[in-house]
Formats: sequence, C-alpha cells, structure tokens
Amino acid sequence: MANAVLIENVSKQFRLGKTEKYGTLRDSLVAGAKQLFLRKGRKQNILWALNDISLEIKVGEVVGLIGRNGAGKSTLLKVLSKISYPTSGRVTVNGRVASLLEVGTGFHEELTGRENIYLNGSILGMAKKEVDAKFDAIVDFAAVERFIDTPIKRYSSGMRLRLGFAVAAHLDPEVLLVDEVLAVGDAGFQKKCLDTMEDLRSGGRTVIFVSHNMAAVENLCTRCVWIDGGRVKEDGDPRTVIQSYMTTFGDVHEAAADLSTFMPRHGSGEARYTRIELLNKEGQSQSVTCSGESLVVRLHYDAKQALPHPDFVFRLHSEMGTLITETGTWHHGIDIPEIPRGTGYVDLEIDNLNLLPASYYISISLNGIGQIVYDAVEHCVRLQIEGSTNIYRTSKVINSRYGLVYFPQRWDLGKLPHSAPH
Amino acid sequence: MRFNVKWVVELWRYRELFYFLAWRNVKVRYKQTVLGVVWAVLQPLMTMAIFMVLFSRIVKIPTNEIPPALFYYIGLVPWIYFSGTLNLCTASLVTNVSLITKVYFPRIIIPASVALSGIVDFLIAVFFIGGFMIYYGIVPNVQLFLLPFLIVLLFAFTYGLGMFLAALTAQFRDVKHATPFFIQLGLFISPIIYPPSFISEQYRFWLGLNPLTGIIDSFRAAIIPDQPVQWNLLILSILVTAVMLIVGTMYFHKVERTLADVI
Repeated sequence: MANAVLIENVSKQFRLGKTEKYGTLRDSLVAGAKQLFLRKGRKQNILWALNDISLEIKVGEVVGLIGRNGAGKSTLLKVLSKISYPTSGRVTVNGRVASLLEVGTGFHEELTGRENIYLNGSILGMAKKEVDAKFDAIVDFAAVERFIDTPIKRYSSGMRLRLGFAVAAHLDPEVLLVDEVLAVGDAGFQKKCLDTMEDLRSGGRTVIFVSHNMAAVENLCTRCVWIDGGRVKEDGDPRTVIQSYMTTFGDVHEAAADLSTFMPRHGSGEARYTRIELLNKEGQSQSVTCSGESLVVRLHYDAKQALPHPDFVFRLHSEMGTLITETGTWHHGIDIPEIPRGTGYVDLEIDNLNLLPASYYISISLNGIGQIVYDAVEHCVRLQIEGSTNIYRTSKVINSRYGLVYFPQRWDLGKLPHSAPH
Repeated sequence: MRFNVKWVVELWRYRELFYFLAWRNVKVRYKQTVLGVVWAVLQPLMTMAIFMVLFSRIVKIPTNEIPPALFYYIGLVPWIYFSGTLNLCTASLVTNVSLITKVYFPRIIIPASVALSGIVDFLIAVFFIGGFMIYYGIVPNVQLFLLPFLIVLLFAFTYGLGMFLAALTAQFRDVKHATPFFIQLGLFISPIIYPPSFISEQYRFWLGLNPLTGIIDSFRAAIIPDQPVQWNLLILSILVTAVMLIVGTMYFHKVERTLADVI
C-alpha cells in the first residue's frame, strides 16, 4: 500500500532563552557589539522538540498521536503541515493536506457567518466553488441558519465553535491532520466531532490525530504512536500503546502487595496471607484494569500447619466502604479437603470486571470450619479501574457518575409506538 | 536562492485565498464606518487644503504652473496609498499571527493582499481627479495612457518595500514603530509639496532615487497635458522598484520558513 506520509529522520531544534533573532533590532545590535568587543559568546540552550523521528503512514490509516504535553506531538503536526520546517530530515506527503490545528482560523468578528464560511473555507484550502456546493450542508451542520447573515461577534462561543467545525468537517482532503480539536466544546459538540472523525475513517482518508482523549483514540484509530521527549516511544495497536502510556500516569499502582507484615489484620494465625497479586489471564502483572476486562487475583499464603477445609474469601469494597461483592471458594461449592503445611497460592479468575471507573479496595480472608478465621486482611490493596468505550459497545465512556457496576445488556425499542404521521 | 517555478505555480494555486484576504481587508475596513468610501477622498482633500494654505500662500513654493489644488491633490493620492499601505503591510504578518501559526499557504499572500486592498480607496480617489479636471477645464492628451502603468508601478514599489519590512518586523518588533517615522520623512523627499524642478540640479538625482519621485511627477504629467514626462526620473523609478521587488521577495522568502517559529 502506498505511503500517505513519510517522515524520515526528522529533527527540530528550538533555541531557548535569548533566541538568535532578538526581539528588537536594538538588542540585536547591542549583542552583536558585545560579541565583537567583549568576546562574549552566546549561551545557547537548545531544545530538540523532535529528535530523529521516522514514521511511515500508509494511505487510509487513522493514526493517533499520544503523549504528555510538550512531548512534540503538535510540533510534529506543524512540520507535517509545512507551517514549521524541520532542522534536519525530510517529510513527504502525498495528496491534498488539510490541517485542523484550530477551529475557526481566520474568523473575523465583523464579518457575517456566511462571509466567514467562505473566508475560513478558503484559508483551509477549499475553492470557492467547493464552498458554494457545500454551503447549505455546512450551515445545516452548524445549526446557525437563522444567524447566518449576522456578524459573528454576536454569536455565542458555542455557535462559533460549531461554525468553525462545520467548515472543517466538510473539507475533503486526502490527508487530514487534527490537533486536539476535541478538547473544547460541550458534550454535543464532542459527539459531532467524533461522528465526523468516524465518517472520515470509513471514507478511507488518512488521518493523523493528536489527542488526550484516550477513549476517542482507542475507538477511532487503527494505529497509535506514543511520542515522548521528541521520539517515538511506542508504535502499534491503539489498545496496547494506550495501556503502556497509561501506566506512566500519576501513581504507579502496585500490581502486588507484600502482606507478610501487613497490619491491621486479625485471625488465629495458623495460616497467613503473604502476598496478593493482580494479574492478567497470561499470568503477567496487570496494574491497570479497564471496565469489563478480566482479572486474576492471586493469593499467596503460608500455612504453619496442615489445615482442613479452608475457604478462601475475596471481598471488594467501594472507596466509601460499601461492600460490592464477596466471593469465596465455598460460594462456588468447592471443597478443599486440606491444605498441607507450607506455602502455596490460589487464583481467583474474574472474566468480566463489570465495574465502572473508580478506586476499589480488596479485602481477603482465609477461613476454616465453623466460624474460624485463620487470617483476615482488610483493604490490603487498591484496585483502580479505568474507563473503556467498550462497555455498551458505543464510543461513550461511561464513568462513575453512573454508579459502581454495570451489566451486559441491550435496549429493545421494538415495542415503542411510532409517532403518527402529520 | 534560485528562482523556482514551483513558487509561481504554488502562488497561482493559492490565488483565490489572495483575493479572499484582500476582500476581507476591504470589507472590514468599511464595516461599521459612517464615512466609509467618502474618507478615501476626504483624506487627500483635507491635506491638500492645508498644503494650499501653508505652502502655496504662506511659503509660496511654485507648483509648475499647475493650479495648486490640483498639484497637491495629484501628489497626495499615490502618497496616501503608499504611506497607508506600507504601514499596514509592515504590520501584516504580526497582525495575522494566527493564520501563520495554524495554516499553511505561501505567506507572501499576506502583505500582497494588504497591498491589493488599498487599491480600492486609491482608485476612488483617482477617479475623483476627474472632478478637478472638469472644474479646471483640463483635457488630457495621449500621456494619459501612462496612468495604468504608473498605478502598477506604484503597487509594485509599495509591495516590494512592504514585503521587506513585513519580514523584518516579524523578527524585530521595533521596525513596526520606526516605520511611521520614516514614512513621515518620506513626505518631504517626494515631490508632493514641490515639483522636482524646485530642487537644484545636483540633488535631483538623489531625489530621483526615490521611486515615488518618478511616479508622482509622471502622474501629474499623465493627467495634465502640457506637463512633460521626465523620462529620466521615470526610468530611475522603474529600476529602483525592480531592485526593491527582487530584494523584498528574496528576503521574505528567506525568512518565510522560520516565520511560524519566530513570530
């Protein structure tokens, strides 16, 4: 498949502090004189915003660029748009490029909505004929028909945003570069943005999309590139790359906790939990779990003596302390005749953690026959559940506003009465 | 910096944006104004009136047998275009920062669109000269055909210098403040208040190096039949304008690549 964009060893340098081009002619002359007479060299503080980046993007790929602020994502887009030029390396783009780095670029307050549509369209690269043809669709998309001949200085900020985006949404380039446009606007606007991006994707366009909205990136992109410190840190399947990226967030959740000396705990002590681990189905550490994902909880214990009929119990609490669920080997009708003296572990495999994004706490206990408790450790580890768009198979990220749990479900509209035709 | 056909092709591709930006400048200029178009004529007329009192009556500078009002007016019209447009051109890149940092197009379109949008006011003021001619009963001769050419020359010089200053201002902000001052000086080294013949022979060459000398003097010659065209001045204007265009374009192009980073 042909390349839509080829980035070869691109580097971009910025000079920090007193830049080479001084702000005023006077400063420049003074500095020049200083250098001449005092032999004072210019102290240079160089920042490599992009450091030897090479990427091949094929036609039709929708690539998400993620990374912390200042990693170089927007700089890369600017270089791809020819707004900024690389210090070294080469960029080749095949096909018509449209960059959407800002919504409503070139809008002038004194001009009407109609005039601004033409102006903005032309700035973004549309021919007048093209704008003529799409004019009605654009106005319709922006829902500003009544105000189209009013100067935009009378528009609300929401209308302005919709108008700007409406023009951009009707661009028809081969390669589209989008920079965090989705960061602004209300929920309705964001939905419109996502829908448009979805249309672009199914239309076979090549899209490069910078965003902090992980859900959107995961849902729309066929490929994800993580930029860190001006370099490509990881490049591949959106899910995987996003996971890696998210593990660098804030606190690194311990995917394991040493329980041998954990306090407070109670129990008779014939056996003690030594360790708890959160793993994925392959047995690897899983420090980040998303709603609906699977999870394996491994409970390590140390028995001082052989114990008859033990019951391993697992409890999950909300941050507020509400018991969400309790489960144990006894609940499952599993009878373990005896565990021998010594160490061992059991795994609790949860297929789908139907929890909404929030912090949860795990408590575990090891019980014997009757009311005997060998060991009970409360809130020994925190389970952080992250959001996912896959809960109800829509692009919506369902968060903890909607409760603690969710269920696999469908809505059936078959019985809904149809409105009578007018 | 070798001349590249690709530049020209690209400029052609973006010609619509050029018209749109010029159109935007014109529209915005007239929106919410009361005087609007009238100001295009009022400005040279008012300045002309002041000059008449000051230089014709009080200081008594000769005006080459031309009625003073007409003499000053014809000199002022291209001058006002030049000074006004130059100021706007110089600041044009800085004013349009958001366009430069967010969208790609050949940046040269920005000062060019400013230069073009100034032509509207200019043409209105030129048209008004017809009124003067009817009043004084002047009928132009074949020299009138020089007029379109002179307009193009004026545009070219203004644009060439404007480009150069725009690129300079994008890097050094104080140029924007210095320019109006130098333009004020320009008023005195151009034959607006006086005809070129007023200056003694030895200095006339230096006066001629200012392209506006040739342009303004030829403007008067084009409109008023018994004024001779001073070809030496005109040719000097053409040469300096050509140099200015080349220098302006080359410097602008050199700076263009780093504009988004530097501005």
